[in-house]
Amino acid sequence: MTTETKQILNVSDLRTYFPVKSRGIIPRTVGQVKAVDGIDLKIGAGETLGLVGESGSGKTTAARSILMLVRPTDGTIEIDGEEITHLSARELTPVRRKAQMIFQDPYNALNPRHTVGGIISAPFKVQGVDPPGGIRKAVLELMERVGLNPEHYNRYPNEFSGGQRQRIGIARAITLQPKLIVCDEPVSALDVSIQAQILNLLRDLQREFGIAYLFVAHDLAVVRQISHRVSVMYLGHIVESTSREVMYSAPLHPYTHSLLSAVPIPDPKRQRHRTRIMLQGDLPSPIDPPSGCVFRTRCFQAQERCAVEVPPLRELAPGHHVACHFPIAVEDLPERIEIDAAALEEAPVPQGVPGVTFQEPGPPHA
Amino acid sequence: MIPVSAPVERPFLTVDDLAVAFPTEDGLVRAVDGVSLSVEKGRTLAIVGESGSGKSVTAQAIMGLVDKKAAQVSGEIWLDGQELIGLPQDEMQALMGSEIAMIFQDPMSSLHPFYRIGDQIVEAIRAHRSVGRAAARQEVLEMLRHVGIPAPERRIDAYPHQLSGGMRQRVMIAMALINSPALLIADEPTTALDVTVQAQILELIQRLQGEFGTTVILITHDLGIVADVADEVAVMYGGRIVELASAAELYTQPEMPYTLGLLSSVPRMDQKLPERLDPIRGNPPSPISLPKGCVFEPRCNYSDRTGGASQTTRPELLESRPDHFVRCHLPAEERQRISKEVLRVLDGGAP
Repeated sequence: MTTETKQILNVSDLRTYFPVKSRGIIPRTVGQVKAVDGIDLKIGAGETLGLVGESGSGKTTAARSILMLVRPTDGTIEIDGEEITHLSARELTPVRRKAQMIFQDPYNALNPRHTVGGIISAPFKVQGVDPPGGIRKAVLELMERVGLNPEHYNRYPNEFSGGQRQRIGIARAITLQPKLIVCDEPVSALDVSIQAQILNLLRDLQREFGIAYLFVAHDLAVVRQISHRVSVMYLGHIVESTSREVMYSAPLHPYTHSLLSAVPIPDPKRQRHRTRIMLQGDLPSPIDPPSGCVFRTRCFQAQERCAVEVPPLRELAPGHHVACHFPIAVEDLPERIEIDAAALEEAPVPQGVPGVTFQEPGPPHA
Repeated sequence: MIPVSAPVERPFLTVDDLAVAFPTEDGLVRAVDGVSLSVEKGRTLAIVGESGSGKSVTAQAIMGLVDKKAAQVSGEIWLDGQELIGLPQDEMQALMGSEIAMIFQDPMSSLHPFYRIGDQIVEAIRAHRSVGRAAARQEVLEMLRHVGIPAPERRIDAYPHQLSGGMRQRVMIAMALINSPALLIADEPTTALDVTVQAQILELIQRLQGEFGTTVILITHDLGIVADVADEVAVMYGGRIVELASAAELYTQPEMPYTLGLLSSVPRMDQKLPERLDPIRGNPPSPISLPKGCVFEPRCNYSDRTGGASQTTRPELLESRPDHFVRCHLPAEERQRISKEVLRVLDGGAP
């Protein structure tokens, strides 16, 4: 599937570390936070990859690193075939035509002193692009396209509601018809009725312009709605990565199981009759992550081996990568989580998973 | 669950025709406009709504936290036979923290950053009961253990910033429940937390409610959480309750088009993936210039079936089925027919 479509984003072994400074007059680097610790991501043209994780998982740092808003420590990032990690800020400008970002907080992402027209036309000016018919005409069309009233061209961001501001941010992002948009929690600050409008808009724009999305979010139901494939992050690592259908019906990583079981379902009968996996405690400190598997301190599957050996991300079924020594299928969970039958039906069960023929882990990888 | 003032025996908490309005330069903001509801002892009422619906202001009014200088408050709030509105400041103060407690979305709004958490909770005990310092500290230790804080003897002397978000939320819950309040108001208690921690906190609130028989009012925007913990649900929109029903009935037989719109807007993991979500169109109304008729009218898909009534007159909150109240001009049969149709589509049936 991915071999046929063109690869728009190819991230390999991305690492972003932040130094931890000591206190005192002359701060010294005493350690580092490995916010992103060696992740691989691939997104094809017109495809959406959902990147889920809780706070502190490194998903936002990953998103920012991919657009070089934060300089990654190591790894390679190819956008539309071009490696960008070695580029200077100036050299990155043409890259930004191809890759844009939408932010979580539409209040802070827009300059309050600029009019909506000014904000949306900025990419044209920065990139020196002269659209046919002039900038103003193009901006008016964009406003119309994202569901803003073109008559509001000269208004300021504070005159708009949260949902409308997010539409402004989206219009700005699609101005130059990018091939990739990194969306960092684009709907989590919005009310549910507005959230659905924005999700629909993003999907329509994807169909129309063939934009690929890296969709970073913590809300698993939202991610399911928009993504083709999903990767789950925990403490700087990707722990599971597969198609949407498999992720939501037949995940294998214990963390994914717990995440899915923690999301309350808006139906009292179903919600109160399903058994949940309760994770104990909080995310460990990223300054001092656990040895071996980063999830082992909260994992119901954890055994001695998990403390010694880092589980590599292995392909357990075609397109299904799991970083776990003891992956577990839904039907083998100690406390069965109820997974909706309809969701199971729609999922084409991948070869290799039924019968739980997990490959015996080979010799430790490097 | 009867939203009228019953004459003699009132439910444990009864709010009758509560209105809160803030005068501003742009006009009067009617944040809450005629809210009536009641909760029986030991039950959980969820107030659901989007931003600007008035759900938080309703909670603050019950807590007596609305600044009377800045707002006009009217109506009646009866807690266990006592009227709260108009209660002198000192009497209200005595109730707060002992009879009524509140937890917030942001624990740092209840915790003082400069004091050790143990000292703050000890303070909460000694403000209401004459307990010695040592005994109070012992009680705090027990409560911290109770709310699931590991190694409480170490954490009791920690400052709030030394704890994680989930821990702080637990500390705040411990502080709220330390005097076994009869009423706990939780305003978006888990919104700032991750789902795995949210699940822990919700379970904790339910467990403690079971142990202490606390009545809970839960303010939230998340219909999933409501489905998880609520007995009764009040849906608020534009400062009013637009639907009031048991949780079981609200999800199976919702009637108000706004409730239907909310249910259709939420992406769900337990259903077949819809091609598109079916959101409510438009934006929530400005509380300064509310529509003249039904406040939901400009966004309602069915308002053309009310014969124009929804544009001109405010609908009343009326009992549509036993203990199920709806504020809508549509005839009941019409609402129920629409509801069935929408739920069928949501469940993945053919439209």
